[in-house]
Amino acid sequence: MATHANAAVHEAPRGFIRKYIFSRDHKVIGIQYYLLALVAVFVGMFLSLLMRLHLVWPNLELPFFGVMTPEQYLALMTMHGTIMVFFVLTTAPQSGFGNYFLPIQIGAPDMAFPTLNMLSFWFTFVSFLVLLAAFFITGGAPISGWTAYVPLSALGEIAGPGLGWGQSLWIISIAIFAGASLMGALNFITTTLDLRTKGMSLGRLPLTVWAWFITAILALLGFAVLLAAGILLLLDRHAGTSFFVPGGLIVSDKLIPHRGGSPLLWQHLFWFFGHPEVYIAILPGMGIVSHVLSTFSRKPIFGYRAMVLAMSAIAFLGLMVWGHHMFMSGMSPYSAFAFSLLTMSIGVPSAIKTFNWLGTLWGGQIRFTTAMLFAVGFVSLFVSGGLSGIFLAQPAVDIPLHDTYFVVAHFHIIMGVAAIFGIFAATYYWFPKITGRHMSKPLGKLHFWLTFVGVYAIFMPMHFLGLAGHPRRYADTTAVTFLEPLNPVHFFMTIAAFITIAVQLVFVLNLVWSLWKGKKAAINPWEATTLEWTVSSPPPHDNFGGHYPRIYRGPYEYSVPGADKDYIPQHLPEAVPAAGTGD
Amino acid sequence: MASNPQYRGSALVPFVFALFLVVLTFATVYIFAARIWWFPESITALGRAIDAQFMRTLWITGIVFFLAQLALAFVLVRYRDRGGRAHYSHGNNTMEILWTTATAILFVGLGVAAEGAWAAYHSQAPAANPLTVEITGKQFAWTFRYPGPDGQFGRTAPDLVNDAAGNPLGLDLNDPAAQDDIVTPVLGVPVNRDVVALLKTKDVTHDFFVRELRFKQDTVPGMTIRLQFRAEKPGSYEVVCAELCGLGHHRMRTELQVLPPEEFERWLAEQGTF
Repeated sequence: MATHANAAVHEAPRGFIRKYIFSRDHKVIGIQYYLLALVAVFVGMFLSLLMRLHLVWPNLELPFFGVMTPEQYLALMTMHGTIMVFFVLTTAPQSGFGNYFLPIQIGAPDMAFPTLNMLSFWFTFVSFLVLLAAFFITGGAPISGWTAYVPLSALGEIAGPGLGWGQSLWIISIAIFAGASLMGALNFITTTLDLRTKGMSLGRLPLTVWAWFITAILALLGFAVLLAAGILLLLDRHAGTSFFVPGGLIVSDKLIPHRGGSPLLWQHLFWFFGHPEVYIAILPGMGIVSHVLSTFSRKPIFGYRAMVLAMSAIAFLGLMVWGHHMFMSGMSPYSAFAFSLLTMSIGVPSAIKTFNWLGTLWGGQIRFTTAMLFAVGFVSLFVSGGLSGIFLAQPAVDIPLHDTYFVVAHFHIIMGVAAIFGIFAATYYWFPKITGRHMSKPLGKLHFWLTFVGVYAIFMPMHFLGLAGHPRRYADTTAVTFLEPLNPVHFFMTIAAFITIAVQLVFVLNLVWSLWKGKKAAINPWEATTLEWTVSSPPPHDNFGGHYPRIYRGPYEYSVPGADKDYIPQHLPEAVPAAGTGD
Repeated sequence: MASNPQYRGSALVPFVFALFLVVLTFATVYIFAARIWWFPESITALGRAIDAQFMRTLWITGIVFFLAQLALAFVLVRYRDRGGRAHYSHGNNTMEILWTTATAILFVGLGVAAEGAWAAYHSQAPAANPLTVEITGKQFAWTFRYPGPDGQFGRTAPDLVNDAAGNPLGLDLNDPAAQDDIVTPVLGVPVNRDVVALLKTKDVTHDFFVRELRFKQDTVPGMTIRLQFRAEKPGSYEVVCAELCGLGHHRMRTELQVLPPEEFERWLAEQGTF
């Protein structure tokens, strides 16, 4: 176990720019990431709203668009997916909350490499601007989806609008983002391994820290491959190489001069990143939800060691299942056997986590704070979204379902909405620590109920579109006859989406209002056990003022028999009856 | 000390939450069970095998869904904060081992059960006298080619492709084998006869998808993918594209016509050689 006896206690910088803009303070950087994700999620939701309106009223005159063309629809779809996956689901739970709370929860003054931390945020910021720039150039944003399958994404404007500089900007943006994520991952891993305070053994880490640590390892392995793939694609487009484009293609009546490349190579490289990315989005949510469920059940986490092992197993298996995105791709059907069984195996650690969450709630004294509502909602969504994966993981069952709305339903519930519920739970839980004020309870509850009902109303019906064979990524449902009876479902989903998105304004209102008018928060308002609840709200610049706590017990000592309070913080010495640290 | 009452909140919350979960569970189960939106009937034996595996999966996941959501509803109500002290427990290894083993057997077993249909989809040998059809995708249409009486596809070359001149596949007419090839925009096949499909694309990746056949395959640049099907019911079925291929992806459709054998021969003769 490492200590940081020699770590310099750095002084708070003076001056607005060094304090709030080019800050090296992990807490400021965490907030910067969070705000970036907040802006991104509203852009992403707005794009999805335009798409949903177009699907139901194809001839509607929309603001900025007039009557939407198919290429505009596909551009919105590509940008929606890219913004949500990278700038929301990767940014907020890991880089946002991870940055803010990982050092505090392990008793460290900052991340291991504060300057690298600052750089990784600003790389991410630039990457976001580069991506948005694609909207404003001639030809517009790319239409090849967030997966940018070749050769559609490799051939330039000849293959369609937005595939010229729009596509190049997309690739450059993703490459910068990958670089930023690699820097962030290195920082998270080093910090977790080297900067833990005395007594903070691996077995005493909060599950949030475990989740961020494992996610960082996945990010390190995944984003490195995405960066390489992006560079190769850029070379194919601008340097005349042929990594991904085979010979003899005729596009718009023109013979394409490439030869010797393989479209499947792109898919392998992309999904080698792309599947772990799903876990990069959801693992921090799992950590946060475990943390919140334990706090508000007033119970130790059920099966701490099993939870850590399950997360590790999910990450390990998650690196070996990318081929389940490619059952219909022309890949060898034999490899589909292996990818399928490995994917089915991921259901096992996922089920372990669900059982352990239920076990944590079982026998508790559950307090229904807003954070707790979102955490419980996460568990419900995780079950619903996980089970549809069992269908898609079997190549034979995937034949009718692949690339239909069934898939869209699956990944939105498990990766999109569940992860967002993790972000919401974290926001309501840690807002008092970050700002020193509580968020409004009535607004929080309103936000939760309408969102919870709303997301199910949007995404449950999508499964049925998929069963009926509705292919995804269709700009228009009028050309194919069998889609016509499905229009009422689209209509219902659009209404639900409109309401659910509108409700998110309640969340923003709550954030802003509480920042100024919220009830003042004590140091430990939730009566919780981990280190962030031992420092002032908000915490001082170097977190512990140079006096690092010593850790005496595991992270979730709630309702210990014989103790006078129903929680024992990690840093309190052994004055009370010792509690086990493991399971 | 009992738990701090300031956090207890309204007892209404767990009841409303549980009620929502119950409604969600029953509504979802009902819509699946009532088959309000569902697959069209399969017209292949393999499709029925796929449907059977789908139903096995639906039963297992349905039961898990039902039990898990209702268990969640139950604990919320049963263990809401009522002013006592929570049960102190770090877990139970026997239970961990039990549910790990149970889910492993269930999920992996289900995966193994699905492999038969997948193997059949990819590796069944065609019966005697199959019909071979070449299926080619391009932005945004499907083209089908039959080898004609000689049973051989003629040579094609990319530089001979000329849509305007009616030669979308670039057929080389100097090749005798090419002269009787039949090229059509609609896929006609005889009922109850094995069809060997050679799937290709001229430009980007597309995906040939017919719901009633339970048949879906990407057409990949640079590759010829061989798959087969046997349609058992005459009729007209929609062919769509299921892989994003550009701005016209949503309208890249045509028809599969499953015809009685004599009618098929007549239809093919009407198409004329190239």
